[in-house]
Amino acid sequence: MNEPDTLGASLTRSGVSRRSFLKFCTAMASLMALPPSAAYAMADALNRAQRQSVIWLSFQECTGCVESLTRSFDPTLEQMIFEMISLDYQETLQAASGEAAELARKQAMKSSYGKYVLIVDGSIPTKDGGVYSTIAGISNYDMLVETAKGAAAIVAVGTCSAYGGIPHANPNPTGAVAVSDIIKDKPIMNVPGCPPIPSVIAGVLAYFVTYGKLPELDHIGRPKVFFADTIHDRCYRRPFYDQGKFAKTFDDEGARNGWCLYELGCKGPTTYNACATIKWNGGISFPIESGHGCLGCSEPNFWDKGSFYQPLPTPLADNAPVIAAATLGGIAVGTVAAVVSRKHQADISTKEEK
Amino acid sequence: MDLLQFARGPALTWAFAIFVFGMTWRLVGILLLKRRPDYSEPRNTASWTGAIKLIITRSWPHREFRKRTIFGLSVGYIFHIGLAIVVFGFAPHIMFIRSLTGLDWPNLPNAVIYISGAITIAALIIVMGRRLTNPVMRLISNFDDYFSWFVTITPVVTGMLAVAHLGARYETLLAIHILSIALLLVWFPFGKLMHSALIFISRGTTGALFERKGASI
Repeated sequence: MNEPDTLGASLTRSGVSRRSFLKFCTAMASLMALPPSAAYAMADALNRAQRQSVIWLSFQECTGCVESLTRSFDPTLEQMIFEMISLDYQETLQAASGEAAELARKQAMKSSYGKYVLIVDGSIPTKDGGVYSTIAGISNYDMLVETAKGAAAIVAVGTCSAYGGIPHANPNPTGAVAVSDIIKDKPIMNVPGCPPIPSVIAGVLAYFVTYGKLPELDHIGRPKVFFADTIHDRCYRRPFYDQGKFAKTFDDEGARNGWCLYELGCKGPTTYNACATIKWNGGISFPIESGHGCLGCSEPNFWDKGSFYQPLPTPLADNAPVIAAATLGGIAVGTVAAVVSRKHQADISTKEEK
Repeated sequence: MDLLQFARGPALTWAFAIFVFGMTWRLVGILLLKRRPDYSEPRNTASWTGAIKLIITRSWPHREFRKRTIFGLSVGYIFHIGLAIVVFGFAPHIMFIRSLTGLDWPNLPNAVIYISGAITIAALIIVMGRRLTNPVMRLISNFDDYFSWFVTITPVVTGMLAVAHLGARYETLLAIHILSIALLLVWFPFGKLMHSALIFISRGTTGALFERKGASI
């Protein structure tokens, strides 16, 4: 899979026309809000570039991120792994298995040392020596540290590798952590989501191949071009929020009229992702368009932020026991205060009588 | 735990506990106080009618004081009504109350809330301006007055900023808004904001006494 070949030559061989190639570059540049001239720069760079060597490690995960990537439409997964990048190691997609698979990883690391992009999906268990997830007898922790050494950059794909995700959720029995909790000396970009949008994965890879660096990141390591706005900011139901029109249940008149799902627990206002603009399955729709509120899956600790169906402004804890205890406490202290005061009043009256 | 989780979680729980504890402590303490025995023959026995009557009549200025008090009273009414509209008419606030009490009612359109919020802020600024510029008001004002004003206006301002997404990210603004409400709840039983409950007790007691004595209300 790892050929010392330019992308342009590879595309020509595959029968991809110049027109299709430019169309792809324009789509990628536009997706990342780059200026129009960037499409030509991208085309030029990609044409001359060697296929980017990519090693993809899957750790404590559900394979949803790879499943998501297989639904990439523009480019398709095949286009991406056969034409744009050289996917040298990916457990789910590769044909090799066992020792041959591990050899492929070692070879890719050696031949592209310092140049390959390391993609990681899944969190890394650290408890009990990382024994909870191993590949070929190697713990995820050791494999990550070993493979990260020669990487030019690391892309943490999915919320699990970006922020710990579901394995990191309370009580986190495996001591799951994010890539950035372990690797401190490499540029890391987080592409969170459960799963992330495939076009976003493709977009950031195209950016890296073109410019040789990661795009501008926000304060939690996400590419700003895709994660600058909230789902709520770009949601087509936003006008209903502004008018105060909310669906109360999933099958009431408000839901049928497409009103805002805020009251049904939508986390769109606090979730930064591109679902509302890029959408899923080739731009067909996204969860809110399908009638369900946003779960906030691209945010850290999304699993521990209360019920998915609990509206954002409501308290997270069940405060009824605390309120009951405080009421009883207040009554007790108030009664004592009144008794002391009555005694004081009685003492004054006795003195006055004397 | 991020700021919003802290605000929606431990901060609110503690604020509720302190608020409820403080309210019941003060109310029970006052209601159980010993009353001075009144040996006179009552003119009217149903004194509760006087209590209700006085609560209503004292909410309106006497004719002879009207000219002097109309400004302060009007501005006071404006921000109290504005606050009530914002607190009880805005959909997210109704969700908040419903999650605590199970009570539910229809919300007002957001445009009405925004206008009410803006008017409330303006009225609160005017009352503070009056307090600071009027020499008598300044003389009788203490920390309690200023702090009670602060904890009242802050949730309105932070709420408006959160709704408009102004100044910071929405989750930060929402967290600050909830924290400002927590501060209001904590201060409520121990400062002058307690007037919202005590006003009815003090006026009611006076009204009941007047009724018993046969005084005009």
